Amino acid sequence: MLEYIDKIKEISTRLLTEKKVDIIIGFRKGTLPMSNEPCFAKNAEDIKSFVWDSNCGINLANYLPNRKEKIGIIAKGCDSRNIVTHIIENKIKRDQLVIIGVPCKGMIDRKKISDMFEKEITEVTEKQGKITVKGNGVEKTIEKSKVLQENCAICIHRNPVIYDELAAEKVEEQKNVDRYEDVRKVEAMTPEDKWKYFDNLLENCIRCYACRNACPLCYCPTCFVDEAKPQWVGKSQDPTDTRTFHFLRAFHCAGRCTDCGACVRACPMGINVRAFTKKLEKDCFELFNWEAGLSMDERPPLDTFKPTDPDEFIK
Amino acid sequence: MGIEPGRIQFSWISSAESTKFVQVVNEVTKTIKALGPNKNFVKRPVAETVSKVA
Repeated sequence: MLEYIDKIKEISTRLLTEKKVDIIIGFRKGTLPMSNEPCFAKNAEDIKSFVWDSNCGINLANYLPNRKEKIGIIAKGCDSRNIVTHIIENKIKRDQLVIIGVPCKGMIDRKKISDMFEKEITEVTEKQGKITVKGNGVEKTIEKSKVLQENCAICIHRNPVIYDELAAEKVEEQKNVDRYEDVRKVEAMTPEDKWKYFDNLLENCIRCYACRNACPLCYCPTCFVDEAKPQWVGKSQDPTDTRTFHFLRAFHCAGRCTDCGACVRACPMGINVRAFTKKLEKDCFELFNWEAGLSMDERPPLDTFKPTDPDEFIK
Repeated sequence: MGIEPGRIQFSWISSAESTKFVQVVNEVTKTIKALGPNKNFVKRPVAETVSKVA
């Protein structure tokens, strides 16, 4: 994936100098290892700081809603599906965008890596599917496939679904992936066990809303948790309030979530936030044969009605 | 998510279907009474939580 960067820089510089776009949204190196940050490049000079490696897990579609200028954006498979979702939901216009598609081979989970080391990690480099981690006197090489983000490991849409330019040849999609093993496990539990499972899952939540802020779907001008009149949900860390926040957020993402993993990546407490959204993603797939963000011509299941709707739960 | 089946129910009733409304309300009340008081999604009063901690 590292070799993409030259092409990304070349396309980006061309788009800016030909004034096709006003800004390009890409990645630059963050202050800490394994934490590339978004970069809004306005001129060819800014583009020099662009990077591309396995630490570009942030979903850049998050920075699009309601922007007015012409934007070039670098998009992995999941980002491109969220861009489609934004276009369908009228948060951005297609003709405002020049999408630089990047076929993706998965991003690495920095929590998995830092958990392997007791000491602070100072440098992480990668080469041909291997990750080399350096820190205070230790050096270790790990297979990248062992430390992929969970959502990347089961991803079946690695190539961008819409793009104007491609930074590389398309990659082969993963086949025969069991996408919902974890959801089925929870589904099989008794109500009491489910309650306990979610209690444990949310035990460490500090209500920082990092998951919400990293999510491209969460663009409401005022989120229901921030509203004070009426106050829908308590602001404290009362387990009932925390649970209400996570479940409601998940329902707001129903039929829209692309399983990009931005929420999990953003969580400072290591909570698997995808446990909530994934069940709804599975339901949408099984009930409506729907995967979010694959087509601009089809309306999402929650804003259409079909006579064949499987509505058995309504009496 | 850990709510017992039957505690949440959905129905589609037109404003003209008064008998169906009565029927559904009675049925829901019956099912929920059989399930007993709700244990989940109930905020404990502060005093109770404090005494538990102490």
